[in-house]
Amino acid sequence: MALYSEKVMDHFRNPRNVGVIEDADGVGEVGNAKCGDIMRMYLKNDGDVITDVKFETFGCGSAIASSSMATELIKGKPVAEAMQLTNKAVAEALDGLPAYKMHCSVLAEEAIQSALNDYYDKHPEKRLDKDAAAAQ
Amino acid sequence: MKIYADNAATTKMSPAAIEAMLRCMENEYGNPSSLYSLGQAAKETLEKARAEVAAVIGADPEEITFTSGGSEADNQALRSAAALGKRAGKTHIISTAFEHHAILHTLKALEAEGFTVTLLPVHENGLVRPEELEAAIRPETCLVTVMYANNEIGTVQPIPALGAICRAHGVPFHTDAVQATGHLPIDVGEQNIDMLSASAHKFHGPKGVGFLYARRGLRLTNLIEGGAQERGKRAGTENVPGVVAMAAALTESAAHMEENAAHMRALRDKLIAGLSEIPHAALNGDAENRLPGNVNFCFEGIEGESLLLLLDDRGICASSGSACTSGSLDPSHVLLAIGRKHDVAHGSLRLTIGETATAEEIDYLSSNVKEVVEYLRGFSPIWRDLVAGKKPFIL
Repeated sequence: MALYSEKVMDHFRNPRNVGVIEDADGVGEVGNAKCGDIMRMYLKNDGDVITDVKFETFGCGSAIASSSMATELIKGKPVAEAMQLTNKAVAEALDGLPAYKMHCSVLAEEAIQSALNDYYDKHPEKRLDKDAAAAQ
Repeated sequence: MKIYADNAATTKMSPAAIEAMLRCMENEYGNPSSLYSLGQAAKETLEKARAEVAAVIGADPEEITFTSGGSEADNQALRSAAALGKRAGKTHIISTAFEHHAILHTLKALEAEGFTVTLLPVHENGLVRPEELEAAIRPETCLVTVMYANNEIGTVQPIPALGAICRAHGVPFHTDAVQATGHLPIDVGEQNIDMLSASAHKFHGPKGVGFLYARRGLRLTNLIEGGAQERGKRAGTENVPGVVAMAAALTESAAHMEENAAHMRALRDKLIAGLSEIPHAALNGDAENRLPGNVNFCFEGIEGESLLLLLDDRGICASSGSACTSGSLDPSHVLLAIGRKHDVAHGSLRLTIGETATAEEIDYLSSNVKEVVEYLRGFSPIWRDLVAGKKPFIL
């Protein structure tokens, strides 16, 4: 059996949304070099919708694939919906990850949330929406 | 192009070894312990192989115990020296920080049983300093165990000097020679080696067989109890086909050792020169005192597993000391022992070439590693910060 699913290998070999957004509305970074995984996410929003998202990742195959899939899952989605993204959803969309690689999907979820929180910090007026989303 | 560049992990069996193994399975399938002629033929084959193995390392046949491989030989060597030490009231063992886990984990177990272990530093160049060994020896030292050549970074230790120090102090000296046997000249007499472990599949023999050399008079402790095979020191019906194939592979390796080593060294140095052109990369371990086929680099800003997967896509089999490839949270203990920071240890690559490597293959390795490293750096947040001057380069 191969180490990773075809889906993981596809997103690893051809990662979607790789790069940087220079005038990003939100930037998030999680992980550290000591552990061997760092993900950085950039968001561009139009109103309440995420119109563009890019990532940079230092890490293993599943870290790169998880970043790629996470960006796919939130691109074009409302901010409030993106906030609900779970690591499970990322892993499932990749047709599963080996148990010892699940932390990569957790990092992807945290990277997205970190970028969204940065967006909220920069746009405090949107906080109400965030609270409303949390209340739903 | 398909290139197998992971010969430190295992090697392809040589045609001579395969042929010897098949011939043995076909014709000498008897149990060496049986008294009829078919059994005695197998016994004869086994003992002939023992003599061949012994001859390559300058030992006597009765000093060779066949095992299931290097790990078993390491375990038995350490257990035996520990038992002898304990009987004499000596419970101190000296080793190094970058041994194979077969040694380090056995030492951990012995520590739990009351032994004290000193791990010598291996410094930036990955070499033990003889004077530091001498200073570490105590009256209660019962064993010194230092690997002949490191399995990850390939550094070859000053074994004759270490052996001479042990001899002068009357301390048994074991060396895990799994990576060196069949590749470097070994003479247990000249090099003052009291015990030595080796594994067949590292020199084109089969997996699941190896041997332990123990100087005559050094009493071995059984790991496996049962029948009287191997002079009563390793029970279980002998793996005759495996042993015969190991002897064939070792004899062949020994016969061509010098020319093979010269060929591999030249290609190794060509590969090191090629990979050195990659910015912010560094060779791990001493450039001179290293195995003929070993190349090990750290590349800053990337992670090893993704590097391996992309090289695999290009037909290259290699290995890395990153945490993701070791199945733990920490990168290779070997790279940490030579002072590499976690950040760059995750970006390590080991390429171990074989005797049949060609200059064309080396060029292919160099250019593909360069491309993949550059590609991965292209979307590494660490690399971006390093290039932007937000963080200082380590390499």
